[in-house]
Amino acid sequence: MKAAADLFARLDDPTGPDAKIAALLGYFQTAPDGDKLWTVALLSGRTPKRIVTANQLRAWAIACAGLKDWLFEDSYRVVGDLSETIALVLPPPSRHENHSLTHWIKTIKRLSRMDEETRKSAILNIWDGMPAAERFWFIKLLTGGLRAGTSESLLIRALAQLTGQDEPAITYRLNGTWSPDTTTWHNLIEASDPQLALSHPYPFQPSQQVENIADLGNPAEWQATHAWGGARCQFILRGGSHALWSQDGALITDQVPELAPLRDFLPDGTVIEGALRAFAGDAPLGADAVHARITRKKITKAMRAETQLVLIANDLLEHDGSDLRQSTLDIRHKHLKNHLTSTPDQLPLRLSSAVEFASWSDLETQRQTARTAGADGLLLRHRDSPYLASKTMRWIWNAPPLTVDAVLIYAQAGPQSRANLFTEFTFAVWNGQTLTPFTRTSTGLTDADLAELSTWVRKNTQSKFGPVRQVTPTHVFEIAFDDIHASPRHKSGVALRFPRVLRWHKDKPVTEANTLDDLKDMRATYG
Amino acid sequence: MADVLTFTKRGIYCAAGDFYIDPSKPVERALVTHGHSDHARSGMTRYLATRSAKPVIQHRLGPNAVIDTIAFGETRQIGDATVSFHPAGHVPGSAQIRVSVKGEVWVASGDYKTVDDGLSEPFEPVPCHAFITECTFGLPIFNWTPKDILARQINDWWATNKAAGRFSVLGAYALGKAQRLLTTVNPDIGPILTHGAIEATNIVLRNQGITLPQTIPVTPELNVHDHPGALILATPGAMAQPWGAQFGPDVSTAFASGWMALRGQRRRRAMDRGFVVSDHADWAGLNTAIRETGATKVFATHGYTGSFRRWLAEQGYDAQIVATDDPADA
Repeated sequence: MKAAADLFARLDDPTGPDAKIAALLGYFQTAPDGDKLWTVALLSGRTPKRIVTANQLRAWAIACAGLKDWLFEDSYRVVGDLSETIALVLPPPSRHENHSLTHWIKTIKRLSRMDEETRKSAILNIWDGMPAAERFWFIKLLTGGLRAGTSESLLIRALAQLTGQDEPAITYRLNGTWSPDTTTWHNLIEASDPQLALSHPYPFQPSQQVENIADLGNPAEWQATHAWGGARCQFILRGGSHALWSQDGALITDQVPELAPLRDFLPDGTVIEGALRAFAGDAPLGADAVHARITRKKITKAMRAETQLVLIANDLLEHDGSDLRQSTLDIRHKHLKNHLTSTPDQLPLRLSSAVEFASWSDLETQRQTARTAGADGLLLRHRDSPYLASKTMRWIWNAPPLTVDAVLIYAQAGPQSRANLFTEFTFAVWNGQTLTPFTRTSTGLTDADLAELSTWVRKNTQSKFGPVRQVTPTHVFEIAFDDIHASPRHKSGVALRFPRVLRWHKDKPVTEANTLDDLKDMRATYG
Repeated sequence: MADVLTFTKRGIYCAAGDFYIDPSKPVERALVTHGHSDHARSGMTRYLATRSAKPVIQHRLGPNAVIDTIAFGETRQIGDATVSFHPAGHVPGSAQIRVSVKGEVWVASGDYKTVDDGLSEPFEPVPCHAFITECTFGLPIFNWTPKDILARQINDWWATNKAAGRFSVLGAYALGKAQRLLTTVNPDIGPILTHGAIEATNIVLRNQGITLPQTIPVTPELNVHDHPGALILATPGAMAQPWGAQFGPDVSTAFASGWMALRGQRRRRAMDRGFVVSDHADWAGLNTAIRETGATKVFATHGYTGSFRRWLAEQGYDAQIVATDDPADA
């Protein structure tokens, strides 16, 4: 398992994506097929079932190393990771057995069928044949907690380079419920699959942020629709089956089963671009509800009952099997409308309705109220523009951010290089007579602000909790954010998207800061 | 019987001989274990150090420092105390200091390691009644990589980088660690460049007869790109500064330290690699060293003193903590 452990360690090092891809390629070029398959499974989150608890391993390691409980605890506090602490305290191995990754996973599976005593002596024996660097990853395997520091998207890039396929093809291959027990490296990665090509999305048209709306020229030449915060995606229907791709390259067909019935109503050879929106019955939910759904591996009935996803169609990229991207937006939109008028209303597919406007100032008014409609802002596209990977055809005009006035209550010192400055701040709003924290940020503060605040924090610290200092409530800041939603994990009951400091209200008394009720009202209106 | 050594704000003090060991504030007479700046500080009226430690200490403290020397194992009477210096294996010339007063023997370890690095005079256990031990790495999570594996790791890293046309920038402390790395790597892989502070120490050590592989100092006149694929030994400070930028973006960075045993520390350093190499004793080294002194009384200083003291107490030692003004504890 040396090669696999080396790979996991290289992926875990704080290097850039290029070094990680190089490490993956090096491994895939030399490892046996079985190990490659298991590595792909592990790195895409398909870890074998946990057969021992971390606490059992901890107890065995303490006994094996001849330590005391408290000494292990002191060590754990320094290391910060239980598997790593165990790997480090074990006595040096008496031999080195270099078996394949597949061998160890098979061993783990076999151990799962044995009683605890047998399992314990087998594991102690395995540890005695492994250097610490391998033990660490082996323990992660045992506890089902192997998460090498890489994303699935890096793995996909590496496999694409390795096999000369494109990334959507690899994404498609890795999707779904497979395990190394049900497939082979060849079948999963290399074998030809006619559905592969059919499932391919088009490159998404890039967007630009509007800075000065008048630069766009004649308002009559532009179409405006709402810009939705939920995932931008392509719905692809070809060869009788469908696929749903998000803009970040994830295949989310199985995460949005609501869209499967579209197959029965749309003609084959259709590609619709749109955004997902979440609803609970008729009530719209925030972008967070969409993300909560599409980032899950498995979708349960309960999740479907809780939120329903709807595709808000923006564009038509393929019509009757032919590529429509060279046609103008007006033409594409006409075909899209035809599709939507000929499908039943109860389908989870709606047209992103046009925002009517006569002038830019007219549109500015609409932008101001976009958040009330649940949108992040407006999407502007030139009526004669093709769907191209060009930067000047698709513009997002963000609605003004939501803002509250909040009181600074905690400050935290920066990482090593900025340890002399406080760089993370926690802000609170009034909840009756007490201040309830609701967000933490440093974005938006200038270096001069940070220096001034740090000096002030040092003089006004009430108490310390590790690196965090509680300060006398004195300063009021205006905090801006893009979205607010309910979050039972937070004391305030709300979580913000992209919070940042808009300004420091040096003249504002803390009594004039906003209240938790104000935040809850915002959540009810915009969340 | 009065204690042979006491712990004061100025450092470890011997009343019988009226001297300090590794004092932190200016005193008349300082016995210095080795040349690292937290042990050999400026401002003492007179210093006493081993012959092989003196050149570096003189280099660091300047020509005006008055440094007497003593050979390893040689005894010297200071007041009512008899002192001798014994190899600590930490860096070239580093010593444990043995102090005997009326038959009671105490040993101050300074910094030490029990494995032979092939460069420093190897550690020797000194029988004593009381032992003052450092415990920088006094937790069972610290177990050093064997020398041969370490050499292979560093050589593989360097050779791979060289083959890919990259520089290998390796961070290490200027005295001890840097020279240990120089004698660990395989100089046949390629040229070795050194930061000025490291090269200055190299010169001092070469002058006292220590053999080091050939190195090329990085000076403003040197075009580093004339030495593609070189290994560059840098001080930790220099790596973060503009100095590190002259090698361009195509470098692999690594750091050599005992702390690199911890994944969190490796990630915090944000280097491409971390090599576990330390000039301090690891867990097993500390335990063996203490046992071999035969001491019944042990003082723990510098490091995980709380945990280590408790461990020693449970092993049956009369164990205590020496309070220091170590900034790391602050």
